[in-house]
Amino acid sequence: MTNRPHYYHAEDLAKFGEISQFQAALAEKFFAYYGEVFQDGALSAREKSLIALAVAHAVQCPYCIDAYSTDAFSKGWSEAQMMEAVHVAAAIRGGASLVHGVQMMNKVKEISM
Amino acid sequence: MKSLAAQHHPLSSTEAQIAVLERSISDRIPAFASMLAKHQQYPLQADKVEILQMNIGKMCNQTCKHCHVDAGPDRKEIMTRNTMQQCIDVVARHGIAIVDITGGAPEMNPDFRWLVEQLAQLQVHVMVRCNLTIILANKKYHDLPLFYRDHRVEVIASLPFYTAERTDRQRGDGVFAQSIEALRRLNAVGYGVEGTGLLLNLVYNPAGAFLPPAQKELQRQYQKELFEKYQIRFNELYVITNMPISRYLEYLLASGNYEHYMQLLVQAFNPAAVKGVMCRNTISVDWQGYLYDCDFNQMLNIPVIPSQSRHIAQFDMQLLQHRPIAVHQHCYGCTAGAGSSCGGQIV
Repeated sequence: MTNRPHYYHAEDLAKFGEISQFQAALAEKFFAYYGEVFQDGALSAREKSLIALAVAHAVQCPYCIDAYSTDAFSKGWSEAQMMEAVHVAAAIRGGASLVHGVQMMNKVKEISM
Repeated sequence: MKSLAAQHHPLSSTEAQIAVLERSISDRIPAFASMLAKHQQYPLQADKVEILQMNIGKMCNQTCKHCHVDAGPDRKEIMTRNTMQQCIDVVARHGIAIVDITGGAPEMNPDFRWLVEQLAQLQVHVMVRCNLTIILANKKYHDLPLFYRDHRVEVIASLPFYTAERTDRQRGDGVFAQSIEALRRLNAVGYGVEGTGLLLNLVYNPAGAFLPPAQKELQRQYQKELFEKYQIRFNELYVITNMPISRYLEYLLASGNYEHYMQLLVQAFNPAAVKGVMCRNTISVDWQGYLYDCDFNQMLNIPVIPSQSRHIAQFDMQLLQHRPIAVHQHCYGCTAGAGSSCGGQIV
């Protein structure tokens, strides 16, 4: 670990498939499912790529952000469209915190005179 | 922007380009030949020669950042009428059904129209790879749409994206607006219009260090955007992968993307795409008459393997059909993902 002082390494993204070394059967099922999810369906593969980009920002996965920035851009989404998708993620995350403000207000009202 | 040749850039030498490609062979980027062998596809064999692709010169009115020809206004190499005649003789003698004319901007060769007229008389299907802006570049080119129509030429036009920003970043300021105007003029004479039989196909290639998306989905997007915003119609979109050679190689190295891009190509290697690569039914001829497996091998100066038939004057169909094909690391560009050929994706 001395040569790897950080938790995240860009080159590890390409090694994602290697998780099968420790548990092959589950990895195989996951990657088959993953591949199927991103096929054209009721939503196009292009639309799914933009959704994945927004989710990647919501879960703050640097590997997913690298992967879906490349994928969404290569599928023809513009810089502005991609940034709006990130704002959607940010709005939902921000809203998710703020809506709990109601719970805070409820509790304060419950315990205050 | 000047061509690499005019800048005396080290990468203007084909030896320097090949050295870069060879130096990066590793476990992660195996030799293309060994990848073919691993999939029982080595040596790669040609089939029948169905297409003669003629590169009639490096002269161009544009200097695109990704150009594999290193073409531009400062390049003066163009095919002579004598060499064109030798090509026409070969086409007639062997009944080659399709001639694909490229450049540079092929229309800048003063014998371009003569060549098309001769081929049209032979009832050959002629394709011209047009950069669109040439139609507006000078008054003498304004009638090109009519010339194409009168000779039933299939026009294959470069339009790397349906927005101005991304197109101009790759091809130069103002290129998108001019391209749209040129497409309007082609539509006006019937190109891309249902029922006319006049084929107008567009070419997309990525403006950056990434692979192209699925052709059909992007075609739908192009059709929607170009028709809604500009009322432009076209037949098909061909999605072409950038090859790591010439100016695109220079871009990859200068931007620090070279290793990553090669790995992308290797990871996307698709054995099913190998069957459809264009070198299997094409012979490429350069401005001096020398023969290659494809336009990319031409730009790397990698000749066809049969040494007795390396010039149009020595064209020997027996030696060239079913020939083994010369491959190198750039060939990963044609086998990545859904594959890439001059007619777009393969599988």
